[in-house]
Amino acid sequence: MAESGSRLLVADDNKVNRLLLGRSLEQLGHRVAMAENGRVALEMLRREAFDLLLLDMEMPEMDGFQVLEQMVADAHLRDLPVIVTSSLEGVAHVARCIELGADDYLPKPVNPVLLKARISSSLEKKRLRDQQQALVKRFATSEVAQDLQQSGFALGGKRLVATVMFSDIRGFTSIVEQQSPEETIELLNTWYTLMFDAISGRGGVVNQMIGDGLMALFGAPLPLADGPRSAVLAALDMIEMMQLLNVEREAGGKPALRIGVGIATGEVIAGYTGTQHRATYTCIGDTVNLAARMEAHTKLAGQPILIDQATCDALAGSLNLVSLGPVAFKGKAAEVPVHAVPAPTC
Amino acid sequence: MADTVIDAATFAELQEAAGAEFVGELIGTFFEEAPQMLAELRAAQTAASADAFRRAAHSIKSNANTFGALRLGEMARELELGGLVADTAPLETLQAEYERVAAALRELSRG
Repeated sequence: MAESGSRLLVADDNKVNRLLLGRSLEQLGHRVAMAENGRVALEMLRREAFDLLLLDMEMPEMDGFQVLEQMVADAHLRDLPVIVTSSLEGVAHVARCIELGADDYLPKPVNPVLLKARISSSLEKKRLRDQQQALVKRFATSEVAQDLQQSGFALGGKRLVATVMFSDIRGFTSIVEQQSPEETIELLNTWYTLMFDAISGRGGVVNQMIGDGLMALFGAPLPLADGPRSAVLAALDMIEMMQLLNVEREAGGKPALRIGVGIATGEVIAGYTGTQHRATYTCIGDTVNLAARMEAHTKLAGQPILIDQATCDALAGSLNLVSLGPVAFKGKAAEVPVHAVPAPTC
Repeated sequence: MADTVIDAATFAELQEAAGAEFVGELIGTFFEEAPQMLAELRAAQTAASADAFRRAAHSIKSNANTFGALRLGEMARELELGGLVADTAPLETLQAEYERVAAALRELSRG
């Protein structure tokens, strides 16, 4: 249940008030910690996890208003519900507390029935907010979640320079035909887990999963130092993980998997597309198309990792590359130089 | 303003909500804290410190109302809202009311 067993902090300089409020909350089944002024309360909030703060306004050293101001400015404390308990008089005080982000206001002496109702409601709101954040994280990347939290949601894109990666499993259709759908789902989950690890381990973000393929970004939505190099190293990690998975698969009599990875660097337009109700973080532009073409070309080239000229330039000779010369791609007027990153064989 | 020192209904509600034994302990804490708050109020008046005066009166008001000492609460409230007083007469009246409240609470917690 949302309202039982929560951890609450009571901040009040008056000992009688503190003990009485603590008692009421314990009777409601909560665990209670106490602070005798605002400064101590803030220290405790920054050190330990609480579900709710009951805050007195009139306190020495640091008063309740100052605590509220500091909490608004602190990303970790901004969402913590606060119920102000005070015997300060005047609507102006109450209004100021609410403006500073307090959820509710209870006059002292606190009525136990009202206290119970307000606490239940605040904890329920917090539970929903936590759930919502967890959902956003499950269906968006944590980078997108962070970007959403910081900048809010707005449709529309902005131009930025990023490295784009496409990858998929070679010959996936024939693998699917040889096994049960359950096995296929399990294989995809294993594959995605490994690829996500490799990509996020190098600071990249998987922003699309399509069947047996994925698209990843390095340097969007959040900037990344040395995105091109990170993308290539992630691709090498992906190949290595595939090889490890294949050892296991071959031991079980299953065919080995092979992947292709295409990487391109340049300007992209990134942002939220869709409607106000349903939107996705997308990245479009020539760089994205080029990365997709590179990935498709891995089949023809017989190479697992192909990169474009811009990515190659950014590596500045720090990795061994094989130049495959210019290639004519569909949708490109001029031929495009392609470089292969040889994968180590095990 | 209430005629009785301690409002019986408020006190009974407090006992019912928090438990008689706990209220006994709470009264003990009040007896430890209140003389200090009254002393702070006097010191603030002498030093003409409006902030400290308001804060001390505010604390006394808050605790008085908790126990149902409505007259003491009302006196403290007038000091909190009215601000610094020129002479000590209101403080002596407050002190005398506190003594009556303390005696009544002592009686109630024994019973």
